[in-house]
Amino acid sequence: MDTLQQLSENMQKGNADQVARLTQQAIDEGCEPKTILDDALVGGMAVVGYKFKKHEIFLPHVLLAAKAMHAGMDLLKPLLVKDGIPTIGKVVTGTVQGDQHDIGKNLVGIMLKGAGFEVVDLGRDVSPEKFLDAAVSEKAIVIGMSALLTTTMPVMRKVIALAHERNVRDQLKFIVGGAPMSKEYAQKIGADAYCYDAVSAVECVKRFIGAH
Amino acid sequence: MRPTVRFLSDQLIEQIIAEARELLCKLGVEIHNDAVLALLGDHSARIDNATKRAYFTPDIIDRSLQAAPDSFRLYDSLGNEAVDLSDMNVNFTPGSSAINILDHESQHSRRPTSKDYVKYTKLMASLEHIASQSTAMVPADVHEMISDSYRLYLSLMFCEKPVVTGAFTIEAFEIMKELQLAVRGSEKELAECPLTIFSCCPTAPLKWSNVTSQNVIDCARYSIPVEYISMPLSGFMAPITLVGSLVQHTAETLSGLAISQLSNPGSPVLYGGSPAVFDVRYETTPMGDIGTMMMDCAYSEIGKHLGLPTQAYIGLSDAKLLDAQAGFETSMGATLAALSGINNIAGPGMLDFESCFSLEKLVLDNEICAMVKRMVAGIEPKEDFPSLPRFEELLREEHLLISEHTMKYLKEEVYLPGPTIDRANRSRWQEEGSRTLGARAAEQVEALVTQHQPVGLSETVLGDLTSLMETEARRHGMSRLPEIR
Repeated sequence: MDTLQQLSENMQKGNADQVARLTQQAIDEGCEPKTILDDALVGGMAVVGYKFKKHEIFLPHVLLAAKAMHAGMDLLKPLLVKDGIPTIGKVVTGTVQGDQHDIGKNLVGIMLKGAGFEVVDLGRDVSPEKFLDAAVSEKAIVIGMSALLTTTMPVMRKVIALAHERNVRDQLKFIVGGAPMSKEYAQKIGADAYCYDAVSAVECVKRFIGAH
Repeated sequence: MRPTVRFLSDQLIEQIIAEARELLCKLGVEIHNDAVLALLGDHSARIDNATKRAYFTPDIIDRSLQAAPDSFRLYDSLGNEAVDLSDMNVNFTPGSSAINILDHESQHSRRPTSKDYVKYTKLMASLEHIASQSTAMVPADVHEMISDSYRLYLSLMFCEKPVVTGAFTIEAFEIMKELQLAVRGSEKELAECPLTIFSCCPTAPLKWSNVTSQNVIDCARYSIPVEYISMPLSGFMAPITLVGSLVQHTAETLSGLAISQLSNPGSPVLYGGSPAVFDVRYETTPMGDIGTMMMDCAYSEIGKHLGLPTQAYIGLSDAKLLDAQAGFETSMGATLAALSGINNIAGPGMLDFESCFSLEKLVLDNEICAMVKRMVAGIEPKEDFPSLPRFEELLREEHLLISEHTMKYLKEEVYLPGPTIDRANRSRWQEEGSRTLGARAAEQVEALVTQHQPVGLSETVLGDLTSLMETEARRHGMSRLPEIR
């Protein structure tokens, strides 16, 4: 079994130490950092995502794999940056103003951090201004908004409207989630995506970061 | 602690048993089988040959109870232990002998064919929470005189799990025994490692037919386990009260116990039944009625009090489709049965007063069985004390998703059901097609049947089984068996 295959399999099993060792080994063997990233780590996470959807593995296993991937990314990051390949992004998360429910938002944060993203968690009851201020000052690429109440959902529209007012809408991607939310509502308020769970939120952020 | 439920006090149990014994001794039991009457007569029962009544004695009853084993095990067709019928152990088996199948495509009930039966056995092979198979349906495309043995044949050909079955005639016992001997190799092996349980039913009130009583002694001769299926109908063929019906159930079951234990002391038996209240509006025998379920649990308590393993037809429904009624009646029954410690709970897959089988329901019921088994495993500490370190970890890490403790006990503590049970949030459910329970269950049936692997019996044994069955079919005028491959 070659190094990249071993690396992929260890990452899928969540063996962070082995992933770090094998990533270094692959680098030492002369593998291109982008090849290690795409073939072993990203490819391995695609398998993890597939297995999760098929209920062959569960959320903790996804998180362990994501953390293991992170261990490999720590070694690849300087090399990728040197090659001019962006590797990481920052996400601002929060439960919108008037809403105190944060379990779903916290789970998204855990999974994003596990996958190697930087997460700026603004907590609960977050005003539109606070979302935008943080996103701009932290140079975030994605804002993740959560709401449990139908009465607080409209705040999400206000956040996006404020981004337009401040002329930063094009620099940001808005993802939304929460029990009363839907794809249709997300489209209606001009959000970029609706995510029905934490794993889909991570996939979504990865897409946006990649596109960015 | 294992959770339990009780419906009867010890005092009431003893009173019911005493009343039942009095019925057996003073009213007697009508038995339409001369050999059984002679057997009882040989053991000092008074026999009235004109009315075919046998009047039991306290001694016969006591000796039968002493002789009957308090537990036994079933073994699969490869000889592996599969079902432990002891103490408060709970095992599930599908309902049996449905004359119809619920066709998923048409949603109509129709007569089952051999192909339906094969699909069922293949499905049973993969349902891990249902420990044994039953001869669940009666295929309508074979001669009726082989419809009992043919079910057993198909079950053995496609699934290794032990089989709860029964003979419809006296003659059928022979071929059904031979099929088992073909698998086990000898009478000794069959006696030591039982492969089947035969259901034997007295007739309410206090009667045994020629066929069923003969089946009891034939099974006893080969130490093939028997489950007694007494069926008092409260308010019709039994007293309206649950206690009165339990007295009748006890008397009928003890009479069956005596027949087997006098034939072969120590022969394995299950203290079973299928009592029901009688619905005086529809003239039906609802298995999903709460009174029916209470009787099942109560007679199991009586059986356990007598030191016998127990069985019941509970965990099934009278609904005609896989609807909410099917779910709630099945779940309620299975839950109560497990809390009562009924050792062999028969019912999964069954609808319509035990007359219609649904493969889709069987898949759903497999999940019910799993949840119920999780329930009776109870709540036990698992490295929970002292609690402080765990909560320190929670506060430090901000979650316990990948804590060692979580990873160690996740599967043991939390039963995660298969795809038949909808646990997705609404958006994901919609994205995955907004499928109904029926659609999910049907998809799971097809997926599991497709994954079926051939049984581990040798080609020689499989050939012997087919040869025996073909010979039996020819005896009844069928030149060939239906195509099943």
